[in-house]
Amino acid sequence: MAHDVQAAALPPLRQVTEDFASDKQAFSVPWGKAMMWIFLLSDTFIFTCFLTSYMNVRISTTKPWPHPSEVFSLNIGGQDIPLILIAIMTFVLITSSGTMALAVNYGYRRNRRYTVLLMVATALLGATFVSMQAFEWTKLILEGVRPWGNPWGAPQFGSAFFMITGFHGLHVSAGVIYLLTVARRVHNGFYEKRGSYETVEIAGLYWHFVDLVWVFIFAFFYLW
Amino acid sequence: MSDAKEGQQHPLKIYLWIWLLLFVLSTFSYLVDYFHFHGLLRWSLIITFMLLKAGFIVAIFMHMAWERLALKFAILIPPLCLLILISFMAIEGGYTFLTRGAAFLR
Repeated sequence: MAHDVQAAALPPLRQVTEDFASDKQAFSVPWGKAMMWIFLLSDTFIFTCFLTSYMNVRISTTKPWPHPSEVFSLNIGGQDIPLILIAIMTFVLITSSGTMALAVNYGYRRNRRYTVLLMVATALLGATFVSMQAFEWTKLILEGVRPWGNPWGAPQFGSAFFMITGFHGLHVSAGVIYLLTVARRVHNGFYEKRGSYETVEIAGLYWHFVDLVWVFIFAFFYLW
Repeated sequence: MSDAKEGQQHPLKIYLWIWLLLFVLSTFSYLVDYFHFHGLLRWSLIITFMLLKAGFIVAIFMHMAWERLALKFAILIPPLCLLILISFMAIEGGYTFLTRGAAFLR
């Protein structure tokens, strides 16, 4: 496209005004990718609302906030290791983000076999993450954590925990289904026939976003 | 499109380096808790590692670094208004805490 080659030579800010003001498509990416970005933008607002309300209740409560480091410790070999399950979950999710990035790369290289394998690996790691979260929820519920109270202090702890990690877990679960659906289409040659693997990259955007949200949850909820 | 190749194609090496870096940064943020850092040091370390990780994921894994500026602006500027929400809610939380203290702890 001659126009884009021309526009690419302009200084960056002129590029922006050109892109928005010219009577043409504003974003020079596939429409699905622009829409996924806009969806992720809206999701950013939702998760920020949850984390902000968590911040608000944590600031305003007059009872002591339970220590996440102790609440989420696991007893391994007779020793309490703080936050160990959460650390493992973090590594599982980062690993899955890496395999997804490679899947996108191999998709564009038209290597269907590797793309499928890496996407299935990503989905499996995602499923592992959700299972560990289910284990964590079970443990906390058995210890008496409820959305309206817990044995260690501020009752808001439970509602913030279940709401934030639950909504994130829902995103991971949906992502696993999404990835497997796209992987199936890579496998049966759907994108090969269409001549474009951008759908794999779009699915990758969603998956990386799920990892991105976890970075913030890990920092603000578990480490703070 | 600025290059003839389809979509976002970059050398594998970049992804593997960023992947490794994310592992290292996650280990660092876990160690912040493991070594019981407290106060300002803890919070600044947590935020630094968090922002670095988030930045690398968005820039490299999500390819934002290679997108055109129009898309960068459209996606990265709107979340900045969340900073207003966060600061308002922090102030409001502090106020609620004070009124609760005045009402219950008399």
